[in-house]
Amino acid sequence: MIAQATTEGTISSPSSKDPVLLEVEQLTVAFGRQVVLRGINVQIRRGETVAILGESGCGKTVFLKTLVALQRPTKGRVLFDGRDLFQLRPHELAEQRIRMGFVFQQAALFDSMTIGENIAFPLRQHTRLTEDEIYEVVKARLLEVGLPENVLRKKPGEISGGMRKRVGLARALALEPELMLYDEPTTGLDPIMSDVINELILRTRRQHPVTSVIVTHDMRTATKVADRIIMLYPLTRLKPGESQILYDGPASEIESAADDRVIQFVRGEARERLMEMAREESENAVEIGGAAHG
Amino acid sequence: MSQIVAKSPNGLPGVPGGLLNNFAQWVADIGARTMEWTIGLGSISLFFGRTLRWLVTKRPRRETILWNFYQIGVLSLPVVALTGTFVGMVLAVQSYAQFKMLNLETRLGAVINMSLVRELGPVLAATMLAGRVGSAMAAELGTMRVTEQIDALSVMGADPIHYLVVPRFLACLFLIPALTLMADFMGVVGGYYYSVYLLNIDAYYYLQNSANYVGWFDLAAGTFKTLFFGAAIAIVGCHHGFHCDPGAEGVGRAATYAFVHSFVMILLLDLILGIGLDALYNVLFPQGPRLV
Repeated sequence: MIAQATTEGTISSPSSKDPVLLEVEQLTVAFGRQVVLRGINVQIRRGETVAILGESGCGKTVFLKTLVALQRPTKGRVLFDGRDLFQLRPHELAEQRIRMGFVFQQAALFDSMTIGENIAFPLRQHTRLTEDEIYEVVKARLLEVGLPENVLRKKPGEISGGMRKRVGLARALALEPELMLYDEPTTGLDPIMSDVINELILRTRRQHPVTSVIVTHDMRTATKVADRIIMLYPLTRLKPGESQILYDGPASEIESAADDRVIQFVRGEARERLMEMAREESENAVEIGGAAHG
Repeated sequence: MSQIVAKSPNGLPGVPGGLLNNFAQWVADIGARTMEWTIGLGSISLFFGRTLRWLVTKRPRRETILWNFYQIGVLSLPVVALTGTFVGMVLAVQSYAQFKMLNLETRLGAVINMSLVRELGPVLAATMLAGRVGSAMAAELGTMRVTEQIDALSVMGADPIHYLVVPRFLACLFLIPALTLMADFMGVVGGYYYSVYLLNIDAYYYLQNSANYVGWFDLAAGTFKTLFFGAAIAIVGCHHGFHCDPGAEGVGRAATYAFVHSFVMILLLDLILGIGLDALYNVLFPQGPRLV
């Protein structure tokens, strides 16, 4: 079903003429004294699929959470369709959030509800549809993510991790959002299920006119699904004036990036980190030896 | 060794070692603790304010109200009834010997029932509910926080305070007084049963003394206090759940602190309200009946 879907329709490539949907200006996020993101500037156009790539701890999930105002920045602003999300009143922010869909890393399904109730939740909150109409939409969304109707009555704890992620996707799609945000959509899944999720993201883009931002450290997801990649680097490894964005360009050209650190990440080469670990180990050994003799 | 001492996290830069350093560290610790408490107090006050604002601006959904009323009210009934019954009986056991010495055992009814409706019924029922309901709310909401379910509510345009806290707050506010009345009733029954059937106190004088000394004001005052206990249990429990640290340890700590802090709040409110209600009683009934 999914293989068939890949041949359906075409994905129109976004061009620089498309209007900007998301604009991040001088974004800085700090937790106490620990600065995680510093001076990030990003523009995302309507229809684009952008992968935010980076190693663990580089702040990519924090970045994604600022895009839906789940994380307040220390400095800077996030404009969604021209509105600064952090200047909005709570009900105005809620209205803007209805235009977004967020797929959480662990799906974040409400475990007191059935799968059907989970997918129906945004519809019950924000539409005046009858229960029969809601049931039809829920069934359609479930089929879209390739799940059978009999899972509707199950609780999230009774289905596999891959199925939970697909239900999370179905729930995020329930209100047909303009912007889809994915937090590590393939983390913790086997390669086959990862590929299924990648195909579903592509299919979502074909069937709905959405802009997507995908946070991942999975190169396969980034190159297969995205048309643009932004690579973030941990601040602790950067020099004071250096930009945290090491690469911002087409997904197809990331392997020929000029920065060695990008290439190392793309190829999964840990040489420098291994050398650092060895150096730290030898320093610790000297310190322990010195303390024992002192 | 000297290197290790120099790296100690307790050492303050620029302060000479020894006694002065320890004193400076002590002052810094007090300062840090004071700030922590002030921030905590501010956070819970804002949380309470947001809950009250949602309470008056938008009605919660019927199904969330019913589910929470059932969980908090109906399922707490057996434990509260059991607490009340035993408190009534234990009061009879403990007071009998002293009153017997003074040949005042028929006054036991007044003592047991007065203690029950004014103080022990409300406080012990609220304590039981802080353990059963407050901890459960903190653990449930804490798990939702850790597994990003609260964030999921926000991104779907549903306010978590309106959706999760308001129904729990209403359930505690309305049902904890109702449960306290149940505890009072069972306590009265338990005390009567033990005094009349096991200690052979005359039933007529037992009831007569109760009726003479325990009035509607006592029952109303005891029940009125539980409105505040209920609100405190809900707000403290939900606040700890919402601000839960990550992991199983964080959820466990949230549940424990929810109980401990609710309990402290119950005792504190009981003292303040007790003083206030006693003053009100003296104003309303200056010639009211006194046990002594």
